[in-house]
Amino acid sequence: MDYSDLIQKLLNGNARAAARLITLVENDIEASENIINAIYSHTGKAYILGITGAPGSGKSTFISTLTKFYADQGKKIGIICIDPTSPLTGGALLGDRIRMKDNFSLKNVFIRSMANRGQLGGLARATEDAVKLLDAYGCDIIIVETVGVGQSEVDIFKSAQTVVVLLVPGLGDDIQAIKAGIMEITDVFVVNKMDLSGADKKIADITQMLELGMNYKYESENDGENISLKSEWTPEIVKVNSRTGENFEKLIELIDKHRDFLSKSGVMANYQKNRIKSETLQILKHKITKKVEGLISSNPTIDEYIRLVMDKSLDPYSMANLIIKLLGLE
Amino acid sequence: MTEIDESKTLKPTKTERREKFTNLSDIEIKRFYTPEDIKDFNYDMDLGTPGKFPFTRGAYPNMYRGRLWTMRQFAGFGTAAQTNTRYKFLLDHGTTGLSVAFSLHTIYGYQADDDEALGEVGKEGVSIDTLKDVETLFSGIDLSKISTSMTINAPAAILLAMYIVAAEKQGHSPDKLRGTIQNDILKEYIAQKSWVFPPEPSMRLIIDTIEYCAKNVPQWYTISISGYHIREAGSTAVQELAFTLADGFAYVEAAMKRGLDVDDFAPRLSFFFNSHNNFFEEVCKYRAARRIWAKRLKNKYGAKKSESMRLRFHTQTAGVSLSAQEPENNIARVTIQGLAAVLGGTQSLHTNSFDEALCLPTEKAVKIALRTQQIIAQESGAADTVDPLAGSYYVEWLTNKMEEEAEMYFEKIEALGGVIPAIKANFFQKEIANASYKYQREVEARDRIIVGVNDVQLREPCATPLLKIDEDVAREQIANLQRLRNIRNNEKVQAKLDALKEAAKGTENLMPYIMDAIREYASIGEVMAALKDIFGVYREDSIF
Amino acid sequence: MADQRKIKVLVCKPGLDGHDRGAKVLARALRDAGMEVIYTGLHQTPDMIVQTVLQEDPDAVMLSMLSGAHKALCPVIMDKLKENEIDDVLVSVGGIIPDEDKPFLEEHGLKGFYGPGTELKTIVEFVKNNLKR
Repeated sequence: MDYSDLIQKLLNGNARAAARLITLVENDIEASENIINAIYSHTGKAYILGITGAPGSGKSTFISTLTKFYADQGKKIGIICIDPTSPLTGGALLGDRIRMKDNFSLKNVFIRSMANRGQLGGLARATEDAVKLLDAYGCDIIIVETVGVGQSEVDIFKSAQTVVVLLVPGLGDDIQAIKAGIMEITDVFVVNKMDLSGADKKIADITQMLELGMNYKYESENDGENISLKSEWTPEIVKVNSRTGENFEKLIELIDKHRDFLSKSGVMANYQKNRIKSETLQILKHKITKKVEGLISSNPTIDEYIRLVMDKSLDPYSMANLIIKLLGLE
Repeated sequence: MTEIDESKTLKPTKTERREKFTNLSDIEIKRFYTPEDIKDFNYDMDLGTPGKFPFTRGAYPNMYRGRLWTMRQFAGFGTAAQTNTRYKFLLDHGTTGLSVAFSLHTIYGYQADDDEALGEVGKEGVSIDTLKDVETLFSGIDLSKISTSMTINAPAAILLAMYIVAAEKQGHSPDKLRGTIQNDILKEYIAQKSWVFPPEPSMRLIIDTIEYCAKNVPQWYTISISGYHIREAGSTAVQELAFTLADGFAYVEAAMKRGLDVDDFAPRLSFFFNSHNNFFEEVCKYRAARRIWAKRLKNKYGAKKSESMRLRFHTQTAGVSLSAQEPENNIARVTIQGLAAVLGGTQSLHTNSFDEALCLPTEKAVKIALRTQQIIAQESGAADTVDPLAGSYYVEWLTNKMEEEAEMYFEKIEALGGVIPAIKANFFQKEIANASYKYQREVEARDRIIVGVNDVQLREPCATPLLKIDEDVAREQIANLQRLRNIRNNEKVQAKLDALKEAAKGTENLMPYIMDAIREYASIGEVMAALKDIFGVYREDSIF
Repeated sequence: MADQRKIKVLVCKPGLDGHDRGAKVLARALRDAGMEVIYTGLHQTPDMIVQTVLQEDPDAVMLSMLSGAHKALCPVIMDKLKENEIDDVLVSVGGIIPDEDKPFLEEHGLKGFYGPGTELKTIVEFVKNNLKR
């Protein structure tokens, strides 16, 4: 399949081409290969924010307001909203778009809804590819938004440059609701709905939690002769009101501050290395899983093994080892 | 998001047609009822005499023996002139009250030539932009001799102002006017969705109208607290009962907060219920509503006047129960639903036309709907004694049960902090979304049979002639509007709109400012735009 | 699970019509049938609908209209889709659509026309069997 026409349009800023290419990378890994191959050199300009928060934290209003601030600065913004797929039906209600409170004009804001399609569905890969497409399309800022409850989502956030977590006063267990893996990589904590009582207490709660834990996100590798400085970013905390826009300038300052930190301290290079490793690992996992599934489903020897396991003559670990042998993957 | 269990199709047992019989609120119905089911029954406390506390048996002592319910057919389409003709037709055929259906653009406060009005002008109701249109709407109809109900919510204050001034031009003072404005914004957020402003300024406007009418238009009903739309959106009968009364309590509390005495405004509150398919459930719903309202107004809000505790209501038969297949069957449905409303003691009634699942009612269909009411009134005997179903073990048991279940809902709503916080927490919307989805699954599993739709279906094409509204209406209305804009004094209009905006920033009663503006022929759209500038616009979370 | 192609559907309420019970029930049913569904909410102008189609690239667009404005609004929507070179999306309108209006709407490229009394599974099957890609 030849995607060069679509890709050319994408690079010229055609929204429909962008949307169609995103559909292709969502559904078809072979297409992804060809597409990403062609556009990879055009990526790297966009700045990626990962935003999450428990239900009720006001994510959509927050993102809407943040987007408006960026749009007023003349920036082009891409937003990817991720919603869970129902494990029962395989379907999904993608309800984030409708909650965006402003109607943005097509010129500067591109919003795309995606379903997470089950934890093994390669969500992280598809989102990564969609991000690259929006990057090549011309977005200055790309926001990836999700509820943050699954492992896939943690993987997505690993590839964001600034991770923002939204908390709300009065929602007692929202800190616990955010998956631990994400808390450890949060760069900016935002207390939304600052007009509610308990905002300052929430800030105190977060500060306390941070003092107890430590942030290892930016620990550099030991490069051999040169021992890199261990550079650290202390997560910032800010309170905002998404309905009125209060304190958003401060928030954007903090995001910019983080962006500077990443570029100046040399952490960026490290981060990018890790990101590439993680991304490639995702792709490998996806490909290998697919290959193994394919081989297993067409191989009668596997049925034999299963029978043995049912008889308790074999245990699942031993069976797995036998399969590895069978596939020549030792 | 809650997953609904696949409903298992109910199977017959050895002795009965189904394993379980439930009504539309999912209350299980027994094979038969006995005195045991109402063993604590106390006539004076639970029922009382008709027209006396707790009003279970009826709002008035003599009910239809004194005066039949008002036959008030909701109508409106096309231009004001076209609807005026329909009103005269209805009056000629025995309708005893008018009821105005407005075009969607009017309901949302847009002018006929605004972008948002494209395709909508005159389709769902009569297109009204200015006082001139209201004058045309009632041309040749003496407003001192008829009562008029206007189904309008966000711009209700404006339409009321226009009605008062139109009547004034006919030579009638406001104290002679009788009628209702729906003006019930809480149920808009919950069900009908024709809100414009956010909850707090909307409530302010409503209390302004209550205050204004208490002084100047004393015979007017300033709110029609509605359950009809909540039911149409998919709620159960118990939810309709509970959510409507909860809204009523919220208005009472808001008015009392403004400093009004409950006995000064409560007699002018009215209600609007649905009449749906399960005959007995509907009758019991109305009886429970009266009893709950009376007890709360007396015990919680300290009402002293009997009129404050008396719940009066209008009923419309359920639009959502009408089938598009075999439409003539709807005549039978509407008859049963109309009879339930009468046996439930309604003060006024609208019966749907049989073709309404396909289009707005044709003259032939609306005549049959009106005749249905007249036959119930004159030929069935149902109007000859008050509350004839009282004393039935089933009816008294079910009335009690519905009251009990409504009380449970009141507790939940109070726990959330009241109606407005519950709306913001999407409580009502979730209940309704779940109930409507469950109902649809039951229909598709054939647990609920709709005759001619999901039982036996004859694939006949629908031969019913339809009422069509075309785009000529829009062209005519827009031309009228543009002409008016050229004749009126635009400086004065702007001055009045500016004064309104200033007043909206404060706490003064806005009715006089609105009246000033519409007198100069400011359009509804212009008044609403001015208020939107100050009040802002509401956006809902979409709940499934 | 990997590489499973899902059907993506947009459920829209064009114009001022606020009757959303059917649209919401349909959205849920489509989700239960394994599709990815975006419900656009009320009061969508043709521009808003087309913008959403452009960005979300759905396989099908289901317009719910009960106010009688379908003859005015549907052609505008179809024209704007054409202007944007969108021609492989199934566009269906349902709600209250009189029989006599169906030929006009078909000429403009719409299909379906499901109204009161239609079973949800009928619409689900219709979507599955009428996709353009």
